[in-house]
Amino acid sequence: MIEQARLYLYNAIARVTGAAVSLFARLITALRPVWLGCEPIADKRVYFANHTSNGDFVVVWTALPPSLRSQTRPVAAADYWLASRLRSFAGRWVFNAVLIDRRPDMRTENPVDQIVAALDDGYSLILFPEGKRNTTAEAVLPFKTGLYHVAAARPDVDLVPVWIANLSRIMPKGEIIPLPLLCTVTFGAPLRLNEGEAKADFLLRAANELRALAPVAT
Amino acid sequence: MTAPPSELVSFLVAVGAILSIATIAGQTLRSRVAPDRTNPVIEEINARIASWWAMVVLIGLALLAGRTGIVLLFAVCSFAALREFLSLTRTARADHWSLLLAFYVILPLQYLLVWHDWYGLYSIFIPVYAFLLLPVLSALRGGPDRFLDRIAETQWAIMLAIYCASYVPALLNLHIPGYEGRNILLVAYLIFVVQFSDVMQFVWGKLVGRHRIAASISPSKTWEGFVGGVATASLAGMALWWITPFSPFVSLSVSFAMCLAGFAGGLVLSAIKRDRGVKDWGYVIPGHGGFIDRLDSVLFAAPIFLHIMRYAWSLK
Repeated sequence: MIEQARLYLYNAIARVTGAAVSLFARLITALRPVWLGCEPIADKRVYFANHTSNGDFVVVWTALPPSLRSQTRPVAAADYWLASRLRSFAGRWVFNAVLIDRRPDMRTENPVDQIVAALDDGYSLILFPEGKRNTTAEAVLPFKTGLYHVAAARPDVDLVPVWIANLSRIMPKGEIIPLPLLCTVTFGAPLRLNEGEAKADFLLRAANELRALAPVAT
Repeated sequence: MTAPPSELVSFLVAVGAILSIATIAGQTLRSRVAPDRTNPVIEEINARIASWWAMVVLIGLALLAGRTGIVLLFAVCSFAALREFLSLTRTARADHWSLLLAFYVILPLQYLLVWHDWYGLYSIFIPVYAFLLLPVLSALRGGPDRFLDRIAETQWAIMLAIYCASYVPALLNLHIPGYEGRNILLVAYLIFVVQFSDVMQFVWGKLVGRHRIAASISPSKTWEGFVGGVATASLAGMALWWITPFSPFVSLSVSFAMCLAGFAGGLVLSAIKRDRGVKDWGYVIPGHGGFIDRLDSVLFAAPIFLHIMRYAWSLK
């Protein structure tokens, strides 16, 4: 009974917090979703995006229509999101993140299995295949292999490249106060693993598809 | 709060009438030429007219609210314009603090100074003190790459989006003998004449425009559009002499000066867009683009109008 009440309370707080975070992101960035290569429909998908800022999955999540938002879970690093009670609540309850351990020696679960299990449960996912935040001058860092393994395990799931523009300037690594600049989230054409496609070829192709969504470098 | 001057209501009714005529014309054009909404030019015109309604209602409410309304409205416009401008500049991580200061400190302070009618400070606060301070913050953070480019782009953004925009509410501070309590009409006059000039340049350009003024900067600015637009809007300004402290002839001259400044603003900000490879500054106003796409002419005309008024009509 008390346990039940606690769940309801957590859920309510999580919903309000999620709405507040989205509203804040919109006010700061006048966030604009651009559906270039696909439509915002309730297909099971893996959205994979460039990673330059702490706020990355928040803006992708906010750019999705509310009906899709509750069906979409970000894949995030457990060591970061479980580091404090507040983050832990945000990660588990507000964003319903799939928390994976980045340290291979400490793992109890295989990250790819966790991701595939979430897909099988009917969720779409937000994934950052570069593995860490990109602070270099390169548009995207070489992809880690996770995206390939997910594509190989579930070849019928659309992989949608998502380009987040400007967020590295809005919220650079180490800064606390966001700069209110315009942010556009561009959704490209879905791709899948081709039959017989090698791992390296696929990862290069996916990275190129993502890079192609970036606005012309200024 | 003092009651709005009676001329303001008549003026807003007149603007509403003009927009109603435009709306009927736009809908008639659509039903005659492309009722299936396939003509992009007609659809753009109708989207623009719809956005004009929203903008006129918003500006009208701010005008009716008086000093508070106008200062707040332009502070918000400045924020949106600065956001659009800086989104297109090439700043570095080292500029984070100076840019934060521009948005969260300098912008509100400038409007507070305008609010308090402190001309001696608000006229130099940005071009002297903000421009000296911000590069210091960037330099403290290191990162000398393209330093001059970065601070120059940031300062030009602040100059236009905050400083020039704040000259619109600054009109409320003028003390013109025999015109007390009616300064809000100067704001209405400035916005109307300059925006009407933009609209008429667009209309004349679409109807008879042949010779481009600067083809590499803007394909839509033609000599025919420029002459027709400036002439029509200056005449409209003359017809509005009754909301100003001017005689009809003086009103024509002042409007003419504002239209020239407004054209210059549109041209310069088009050049920046062209350099950055974008068509519009933003996407918030359907049919128009961003805030700067609509404000560009006002940003150039406002300081010129204020100074004409200040040195030829005002006691202070």
